[in-house]
Amino acid sequence: MQDREQFDRLVLPHLRAAFNLARWILRSREDAEDVTQEALLRAFRFFSGFQGVDARAWLLQIVRNTCYTWMEKNRPMDSAVEFDESLHLSPLPSPEEQALASNEREWLIKALERLSPRSREVIVLREFEGCSYKEIAFITAIPIGTVMSTLARARERLQEFLTRPDPKETVHDL
Amino acid sequence: MTCDDSRSVLHAYLDGELEAPRAAEFKKHLQGCAACTRALESQESLRSSMQRAKLSEALPPGLESKIRRQLPESPAPVHAKKFPVLSWLAAAAVLLLVAGASWKYGQISRERVNAAVAVGAAEIVDAHIRALQPGHLTDVTSTDQHTVKPWFDGKVPFAPPVRDFAEQGFPLVGGRLDVFQGQTVAALVYGRRKHFVSVFVWPEPAAETEEYTGAQNGYQWISWKQNGLRFCAVSDANADDLTALKNLLGR
Repeated sequence: MQDREQFDRLVLPHLRAAFNLARWILRSREDAEDVTQEALLRAFRFFSGFQGVDARAWLLQIVRNTCYTWMEKNRPMDSAVEFDESLHLSPLPSPEEQALASNEREWLIKALERLSPRSREVIVLREFEGCSYKEIAFITAIPIGTVMSTLARARERLQEFLTRPDPKETVHDL
Repeated sequence: MTCDDSRSVLHAYLDGELEAPRAAEFKKHLQGCAACTRALESQESLRSSMQRAKLSEALPPGLESKIRRQLPESPAPVHAKKFPVLSWLAAAAVLLLVAGASWKYGQISRERVNAAVAVGAAEIVDAHIRALQPGHLTDVTSTDQHTVKPWFDGKVPFAPPVRDFAEQGFPLVGGRLDVFQGQTVAALVYGRRKHFVSVFVWPEPAAETEEYTGAQNGYQWISWKQNGLRFCAVSDANADDLTALKNLLGR
């Protein structure tokens, strides 16, 4: 499990998933490009420690850790906030913002970006990458029970956001 | 099932992570509960909105080729340090081969071979001694193999065989995670009279099947391969005890 050819064959097919996770943790495509490159180089250095079980989960774990290290260095505020979500719940988007989000997709992106990185990453792993709770627990190094409660809380927050009155109507009322 | 219970399993149900009997209970609860049914429906609709929105990011053009260019051809420099779990055993195996060939010529002594193994063994023995410090022996303390085994799920990417051998004089004490040469390994802890035995387990992909044994600072160790996993049992109990435990684990 150590040479370049094996790395290309086992790990690189998961590059899109790696980029996607970085983009959502960091909320930026540009930063995600940098961090994905860095993560892949790291993964290659650690490749000899890969035990050949699940290359995607193994890579995503490295990508995630690289993201958090990057944030600590480049956005100290962001990583401070995420440690206690309950104290730092960011407000839901205002009706004006909702009106600006012209369609469901933009609306959802806004809602997701309001979540803390630690809530967002479990949603992304579960909903976009179809990871099992066990895989999410491995990637994020949190117990399976916490995976479940984090998912539940994150979905409730998204739900709250989405079930608000139709933005257009709200704007009319103002 | 109460509504509180139902809310706590709703997400596991939605994600197909609920065991069949619990899922059946949950469905039964839904039949009589409009509020929980609505809660499930709104979660299902959230999920379909997310799927419709296709939020997963495509790879930016050029990123993959850029990464392919940046990656070195071989991870060689760090590799020697990073694949070490195998390497002390591999080094020992190589030395054994060399030794076998060289004995004829009287060049390499048995001590040289054991010295190579001892590098890895010293670290394993250290890990065991560290664990004997108060509060370090186990992360999960239980004599019940059905508690200890699932505890390892999601913590190590392999399933260490966990069995209690109380009747044979090796009661299971618990399990913990340990780090051996930079790699997370599972450690099972057994009691033996007044002593403890740490059994370290990690996957070893190579065809290496050599068995090793030795002593270090008054601790005995024995290492063997079984079902793709490398085992190393360490204790201040005597060598016969370790062999007995090895045989039990291999049954």
